[in-house]
Amino acid sequence: MARVYKYQDNVDTDVIIPARYLNEPDPAALARHCMEDIDQGFAAAVQPGDIIVAGFNFGCGSSREHAPVAIKACGVKCVIAKSFARIFYRNAINVGFPIMECMEAAEDIEAGDSIDVDFASGVITNNTKHKTYQAEAFPEFVNQIIAAGGLLNSLKNRA
Amino acid sequence: MPMTMTQKILAAHAGLDHVTAGQMIEAKLDLVLGNDITAPVAIKEFEKAGFDKVFSTEKIALVLDHSTPCKDIKSAQLCAIVRDFANQHNIQNFFDVGTVGIEHALIPEHGLAIAGDAIIGADSHTCTYGALGAFSTGIGSTDMAAGMATGTAWFKVPAAIKVVLTGKKQVYVSGKDIILHLIGLIGVDGALYQSLEFTGEGVSALSMDDRFTISNMAIECGAKNGIFPVDEKTMAYLKGRTDREVRVYTPDVDAEYVRTITINLDTLRPTVSLPHLPSNTRTIDQAKGMPLNQVVIGSCTNGRMQDLREAAAILNGRKVAKNIRCIVIPATQEIYLQAMEEGLVKIFIESGCAFSTPTCGPCLGGHMGVLADNEWAISTTNRNFVGRMGPTTSMIILSNPAVAAASAVAGCVADPADLT
Ligand code: SF4
Repeated sequence: MARVYKYQDNVDTDVIIPARYLNEPDPAALARHCMEDIDQGFAAAVQPGDIIVAGFNFGCGSSREHAPVAIKACGVKCVIAKSFARIFYRNAINVGFPIMECMEAAEDIEAGDSIDVDFASGVITNNTKHKTYQAEAFPEFVNQIIAAGGLLNSLKNRA
Repeated sequence: MPMTMTQKILAAHAGLDHVTAGQMIEAKLDLVLGNDITAPVAIKEFEKAGFDKVFSTEKIALVLDHSTPCKDIKSAQLCAIVRDFANQHNIQNFFDVGTVGIEHALIPEHGLAIAGDAIIGADSHTCTYGALGAFSTGIGSTDMAAGMATGTAWFKVPAAIKVVLTGKKQVYVSGKDIILHLIGLIGVDGALYQSLEFTGEGVSALSMDDRFTISNMAIECGAKNGIFPVDEKTMAYLKGRTDREVRVYTPDVDAEYVRTITINLDTLRPTVSLPHLPSNTRTIDQAKGMPLNQVVIGSCTNGRMQDLREAAAILNGRKVAKNIRCIVIPATQEIYLQAMEEGLVKIFIESGCAFSTPTCGPCLGGHMGVLADNEWAISTTNRNFVGRMGPTTSMIILSNPAVAAASAVAGCVADPADLT
């Protein structure tokens, strides 16, 4: 059962992965410090398949791709937020990490709820509250990148 | 269909007559930029994907600015990766210790960003070159890798917010106050996925350094880019820096904007952002007296000549207060030299400041001025997020250089107009 970690608006890349750890870009090393400056216990407690739920503007701040990489390396299944900062949004897609934009789900889901997500349809199911939410669909070109397994693979396929 | 200035640049680089907001396009790039934190990741991805050639040896810039001169072994290893790649691929615009400066001051200085360009950089403040009438935006390392391989990038064409500047700014008010005020008005996601297009009679009086500062912080309200019209000041700046053709784009008179915001410079006060968001703004009157431990004057936002001159004018003949550590960092070697020639370095050192070689350093809590628990800094940088300059209990106030310098003298947040 996926556990939910819930955060507020404007979770920035400096708290997702503080700059002091950027000198070691190995995903496993980044994962050890993921969310450290907003939630000290996160990295030790998070389990594969867990979900992060947040408010507006998730991932604002620096362009560091280390942020989605760190979250992905922790085994987090996806981030559901009211909105994403544009560079984080792009980076998550480019590294093949699923994110879902959904106001209602981000508002409604609470820490501890049991959640299932279906990326193909964008449907988020809250088993605890017996509710479903519909996330924004990705533009077609984004689906192509994801289907190819990331931006560089999709470029390789074209070449 | 009428287009905004940003849309026109994107259309031209996508080989299209027209684009509209929301459209997905592939644009040819004039420059792909990376630094010592983001380029190593991009290089790894580039090689992992099996690319063995860059699209151009001239249109890639690699700038080792964040942790240099290297602060520790791990940073040195990252710089070595970039150095090797630059040698192997004959990258013409590779900047290492000795020539390096903070990328967003260095790139315009070297004429690598000019009006009409389309630029991506694996650094969020790549939007700085909007000051020159270029489209430039921050992306991540994978986009950078793709850009180095193909010379192109995907964009969703942004809608735009029009920011009209009227009147004339008063003494001790700078570009920093204009952008902090704007971010305070619309919030840190107020321009998410959108362009900021600056216009109005207030623009012409702004120096290029003011414009760089304003475009630099467009990202702090979520914007994709923040762009200025090209005028005589832009052309004067570009003169002698480039042989390339300058392409001037102007928005159509009937271009659509999602909203228009007017800022009257006549009444704008020096503005600061309190912890922990750039949108948490106050006028100087509401913040003065707050206790401080450190003052930082520098960064890609405010480490240019005008910034150093404004700070030096305040510090000249005065002393940094006993309780304050004041760190001044010129953004590039050219600025460093100019500051020496103008006698500013002497002023800084005699007043009790540390004066450093160009580096990002404390701006991202890397080195050269990291804070301790519960310490407060006032800084001319662009982000005051939790833990940005030190532990999570440390606090950052953002300000313009004159306010930072006055605060160094007063020993607490101060209005330069109050100094005796
Ligand atoms: S000075 Fe600060 S904001 Fe600017 S590029 Fe360096 S770390 Fe980033």
